[in-house]
Formats: sequence, structure tokens, C-alpha cells
Amino acid sequence: MEIEKLICDDCLIMRLRGELDHHQAEQVRAAADEALQDKGLQRLILNLGGLSFMDSAGIGVILGRYKQMQQRQGQMAICEIPRAVAKVLEISGIPRVIPFYKSEIEALRQTARGAAVKRRARQR
Amino acid sequence: MKSQSYMKLEIPSRSDNEAFARVVVAAFASRLDPTLDEISDIKTAVSEAVTNAIIHAYEDRVGLITITAYLEQNKLTVEIKDEGIGIEDLEMARQPLYTSKPELDRSGMGFTIMENFMDEVKVYSAPGKGTTVVLVKEIRSKKELPSS
Ligand SMILES: Nc1ncnc2c1ncn2[C@@H]1O[C@H](COP(=O)(O)OP(=O)(O)O)[C@@H](O)[C@H]1O
Ligand SMILES: [Mg+2]
Repeated sequence: MEIEKLICDDCLIMRLRGELDHHQAEQVRAAADEALQDKGLQRLILNLGGLSFMDSAGIGVILGRYKQMQQRQGQMAICEIPRAVAKVLEISGIPRVIPFYKSEIEALRQTARGAAVKRRARQR
Repeated sequence: MKSQSYMKLEIPSRSDNEAFARVVVAAFASRLDPTLDEISDIKTAVSEAVTNAIIHAYEDRVGLITITAYLEQNKLTVEIKDEGIGIEDLEMARQPLYTSKPELDRSGMGFTIMENFMDEVKVYSAPGKGTTVVLVKEIRSKKELPSS
């Protein structure tokens, strides 16, 4: 499993490559935990484009990070979903809570917009 | 054994064997000329059953997992057997979202995925003795069904 981390403003982007099963899940969790120690990060985008396999361990990892982002009133998005992963995501119910986007750039744009709305709502 | 086409794999319940186990079963199933989607379904279901044996059946110890598979006509049958703690309440265990280990980021979706990805899922379990999961999938020939 390869994990590439990028930070763009208040957004952490994680690009996952390889097979996300129970054996590999711990690595993803640890990488996210380490980066998210920076409390300034308000957005998390998971780019799944490089995944050739994912089982329910991936669902656990994604929902676990979603809870983490909720705790800091942040946002999360998923992008570039490969065909091999789509069916597992669909069954998991994740699409009902986390938005999916075609590309990383679209996820970045849409979450930035969401963040601005949230900021305005808080200021009121 | 009725089937002429048969395989058996024994592995210790270490998580680095998960990928190995699902790849072996997928390679065996490839004799039926499945589609990429069918291969992906088989790998996912096998991974769920093997992972359950590793994290639930044997918890903190390493035990034996036996995987047997056979082919009959266009039907694949895979049995994943452990000699671990077993399951007390099978009906509850198979409920979507039920997990006995929520603290570990488990989603409780393993059995649900097996049921959705295979045609048939049977679970035999005895507390203290172990669990056997039987997965069955019919491979629809690529020649008869052009993928849409
Ligand atoms: N081989 C097994 N041995 C013992 N218990 C098991 C086994 N497989 C499943 N279970 C039990 O069934 C529950 C549900 O399994 P599953 O749907 O895969 O969800 P999860 O693995 O996320 O907990 C597990 O939490 C566990 O209590
Ligand atoms: Mg499971």
C-alpha cells in the first residue's frame, strides 16, 4: 500500500495506491492520524484512484476518518472511485454521508465552497 | 469428492496472508473464465471470510485457516474453515452493521458483502470449536452474456 499525502490550505489529500484490506488498513489509519494532528486541517479528501481492491476494512477506515473530521467540524470527500471499489462503497451506505467526486480538483473546489458556507454560518 | 477440479490451501491466521488467500482462490476460479467483475466479487467475499477468521476466530493467537474450493460445471464453491472461538448467535452476526469489535474500526459489513457478492453464503459454527463459511457463485459465461 502506498500513501501519498498532500496539504493544500486547510485540506489534507490522501492518495491511496494498492489493495486496502484489514492488513493494510492500519497503515492508512496511522498516516491519517499523524497528519491530522495538525488541528488546522479542516478538510480531508481521500483519492481512491489507485486502489485495485477494497473490502469492508476500507469501509471501517473511511467511516473512522469521517468521525474524526466531524469531531473537528470539518469536512470529508472521496474522489476517483475505481470500478473494483464502487460496489463495496455502494453497499456500505457511505454515499449517503460522504460526497463522491470524479476528480481531486472538483473535490477540492466543492469542499472549499462547503467550508465557506460553514464559516458564514458560524459567524452569524 | 465429486468434483475433479479441486484445491486446498492451509495458512496461518496472519493478516499478511489475506491478499495471498484471495489471489489463490481467484486464480483457481479463473478456469471458469469469469469476468473482471466476477473475479473482483470472489476476491472480496473470500477476503471478508479470511479476515474474520484472523481477527474474530483467533483474536490474538495464530491458528490454522483451511480454504478448499471446487468447481462443478460453472459453479465455484469455496469453504473457509477455522478452529477458533466460534459464533454464539449466527443470526445476529449476519445482521448488517453488527460487529463485536466496534473499537477496531470494524464496519460490521463483512457478511453483508459476502451475501451481496456471492449467490449463496452458508455459515456453520460451534462455540469453542470453530466456524466454516461456504461461499457459492455461479460464473455466467462471457460468451453467452456480452457485458453491457
Ligand atoms: N470466523 C469467525 N469466528 C468467530 N466470530 C466471527 C467469525 N466471523 C464473524 N464473526 C462474528 O460475526 C461478526 C460480524 O462479522 P462481519 O459481518 O464480518 O463484521 P466485522 O468483521 O466488521 O465485525 C463479527 O463481529 C464476529 O463477532
Ligand atoms: Mg468481517
